[in-house]
Amino acid sequence: MRWFWIDRFTEMVSGQKATAIKTVSLSEEHLHDHFLGIPTMPNSLILEGMAQTAGMLVSEYNDFRERVILAKVPKLIYHNRAVPGDTLIYRATLEAIEESGARATVTSHVGDCLQAEAEILFAHIDRETAHRPLFRSSDFGDLLRSLQLFNVGQKADGSKLTFPEHIE
Amino acid sequence: MPSKEEVFEKVRDALVDALGVEDDEVTPEATLVGDLGAESIDFLDIVFRLEKGFDIKIPRGELFPEDILTSTEYVADGKINAEGLEELKKRMPFADLSKFEENPVVQEFATSLTVQDMCNYVESKV
Repeated sequence: MRWFWIDRFTEMVSGQKATAIKTVSLSEEHLHDHFLGIPTMPNSLILEGMAQTAGMLVSEYNDFRERVILAKVPKLIYHNRAVPGDTLIYRATLEAIEESGARATVTSHVGDCLQAEAEILFAHIDRETAHRPLFRSSDFGDLLRSLQLFNVGQKADGSKLTFPEHIE
Repeated sequence: MPSKEEVFEKVRDALVDALGVEDDEVTPEATLVGDLGAESIDFLDIVFRLEKGFDIKIPRGELFPEDILTSTEYVADGKINAEGLEELKKRMPFADLSKFEENPVVQEFATSLTVQDMCNYVESKV
């Protein structure tokens, strides 16, 4: 099982905002274990998808060189259930970023309907005390390609984002 | 320039949102760690909220000088030495460190920072 809770990016503007989608399918195993007979996308995994969308936005800001981890969720509201056939649209906005971490707001919509909203805090793990990278470079490169981040990514000036040379 | 009351109200709002505490728990004397249960990551959350709420920039280490607390020059056997205390006072004129001075154990430092200290700091920035 892969811990991917977004399917692909549809927008990425460096240092500002990112949009990713997650299509919910009846064939996903976890939908059936949540409430018997009522297939439902678990809210915890929706949060994970929102965090992955915002986390990539945070990580891209420093050219994917920082080790970014989800540190805190100060606000999280779910308005509706997500069910098979829904396409969840996660929109993340980078509110603040500094040396030690970042803060983002994220919404989840189904069509025009607000399904969930969150504030998420990310921490940059201290390089001095970190002994190993979070991912193997080639694995992380495959992840970025799978999510099609560089197909849609733009720098703040509108020019195209390029795949980082330091990642395989 | 905001009044002392306005500063306190905004600081209180930031702490309520960041720490999930009730309004009436946030008193000037309350300590952030001991009374309000702040953990290390909460300080980053609080800093972001204060920056946004007051439109100020809080450089890393200014509100919470971790570089002094981890320096071998200023810390021995888990305690801050006299030079370290002087440095802390210089860097944190907004904080009342008198209680901490009585037993300057590094681990106790975070527990000594109060809501009033934070309000004093913000007042010095706006």
